[in-house]
Amino acid sequence: MQSILAMAHLTLYEARRRRIVTAAVVCAAAFLTVYGAGLFFVHREQLREGRPLFQQQAVMAVLTIVGLYAANFLSVLFAVLLPVDTLSGEIDSGVIQTVASKPIRRGDVVIGKWLGHAVIVMGYVVVLTLGVVVVVRLIAGPVAVRPFAALPLMLLEIVLLMTVSIAGGTRLSTVTNGVMALGFYGIAFVGGWIEQIGGFAGSQAAKTVGVVASLISPADALWRLASYQVQPESLRNFGAAVFATSSVPTTLMVWWAAGFTVATLIFAVRLFSTRQL
Amino acid sequence: MSDLVIDTRGLRKWFGPTLAVADLSLSVRAGEIFGFLGPNGAGKTTSIKMLLSLVHPDSGDGTVLGEPLGNRAARGRIGFLPEHFRFHDCLTARELLRFHGRLYGLSGSDLEMRIDRLLARVDLIEAADRPVRGYSKGMLQRTGLAQALLNDPQLVFLDEPTSGLDPLGRLLVRDIISELRDRGTTVFLNSHLLGEVEATCNRVAFVKQGRTIHEMVLGQPVDFIDLEIRVSPLDACLLEGLSAFGSAITQSSADILRMRVESEVTLPSLARWLVERGANVYGLHPRRKSLEEWFVEVMGEDQRPG
Repeated sequence: MQSILAMAHLTLYEARRRRIVTAAVVCAAAFLTVYGAGLFFVHREQLREGRPLFQQQAVMAVLTIVGLYAANFLSVLFAVLLPVDTLSGEIDSGVIQTVASKPIRRGDVVIGKWLGHAVIVMGYVVVLTLGVVVVVRLIAGPVAVRPFAALPLMLLEIVLLMTVSIAGGTRLSTVTNGVMALGFYGIAFVGGWIEQIGGFAGSQAAKTVGVVASLISPADALWRLASYQVQPESLRNFGAAVFATSSVPTTLMVWWAAGFTVATLIFAVRLFSTRQL
Repeated sequence: MSDLVIDTRGLRKWFGPTLAVADLSLSVRAGEIFGFLGPNGAGKTTSIKMLLSLVHPDSGDGTVLGEPLGNRAARGRIGFLPEHFRFHDCLTARELLRFHGRLYGLSGSDLEMRIDRLLARVDLIEAADRPVRGYSKGMLQRTGLAQALLNDPQLVFLDEPTSGLDPLGRLLVRDIISELRDRGTTVFLNSHLLGEVEATCNRVAFVKQGRTIHEMVLGQPVDFIDLEIRVSPLDACLLEGLSAFGSAITQSSADILRMRVESEVTLPSLARWLVERGANVYGLHPRRKSLEEWFVEVMGEDQRPG
């Protein structure tokens, strides 16, 4: 256990010393600034035009989901890219040799790094989500959405992608792993849209393709379920909004994604344990 | 219990179509300073990695510190300085040692005391709290050496420990190896600097194309002495007379000959015979074959720089 904690602590420490945390905070601040500016002008225009309250609420609800969508997308990139070289880089440089020759399980290295990275990426998701909520509240006052209903699903999505990125690093070079992990998310992303479009178009075959893609790569399904949870009833019924969901993943998909994450982590431990260093 | 610290039989490793190690069969006894010699690409580093379980052998077996290869508890009694020591460069030397100490299961004041002692030993106390990314190559190598000794190991693998070190740094490493020997620690030394190996090791093994081809004990009295004699006039009659004292007599230039005698007891009588015969003796040098000469001889003439 001490070795797992030592690895996790080192991961957190490195993130701070290499200014990764600083860069993440600066990017988050920039994103929230741009988002807040846009929201401010839209809100001011609505007030100026004297739009009815329900319409203002609907627009602000959509924009909240847009904000969460952007936060989710940034978090996806962060979760994939942050750990992309954590194992492959140390294997390539030889840093891992003095670590893996110590009296520890190889799996401790993987789990320790997983734990450290999980804390960082989950922190990032929480900060961005809170940031969106605070910005909306400050600019538009209370809006009838449930952003925190999305948070656990977004966290699971981010941890899943981070786990895939770490697992790839046990065998692939850094660049190959980055391409693979983003491609993995790409399958989910495209699959999600196919499922949506299939839903709107009433094509069961297209929906099935989307569902299969989500089973292979469940990340985007979690976001779609998250965005559904966030929406007020009125917006769900509206249905045609860009970020609304015509085909809502079931809770079974959440369990599938959780199991997928655990299985990927176990697989990563296995791959790294048998790797020649 | 056997006093063999390393005992392997027929370890073999392929990397794809390349046979990196063909047959690693080694016996290293407790307290030995064991030199592992061979040209580049001979499989030395892969051999060390197999002994440390960084690389899994395809066949063969063995024990390290009495435990099967890969045993975790045994690794707790081993120190390792890899060739080209790399590190988490955002850490300071002290933080780096603390991290590695925790991987050994050490903590608290015991770990801090060990770190202070080792930093002082490798002359890094003043730089200990600066990030290692600003260190010179020699400082990094010394940090790596301290890392390898954190757990007071019974067995230390040093893969090219003096790589990048200046003469003072090399002397420091040599002194540390001497201290380890005095403490009874077994050292497995892989180095290209044969003079260094000769100065520190009790025994060496030569490895060629992934196979241990020769082992020898260093510093042992040998059962013959090679002589180089500069004498004038050097004629056939003198060469014939010398054959009574030794063998393998060859003339290498107009006034220099080489021969082999059984022991140094022969030398005074040989010198006396030359002088009494009226020859002018300008030099009589017993020559011990250097490790470098052994290396060339064992590796064979066909060996090319790697």
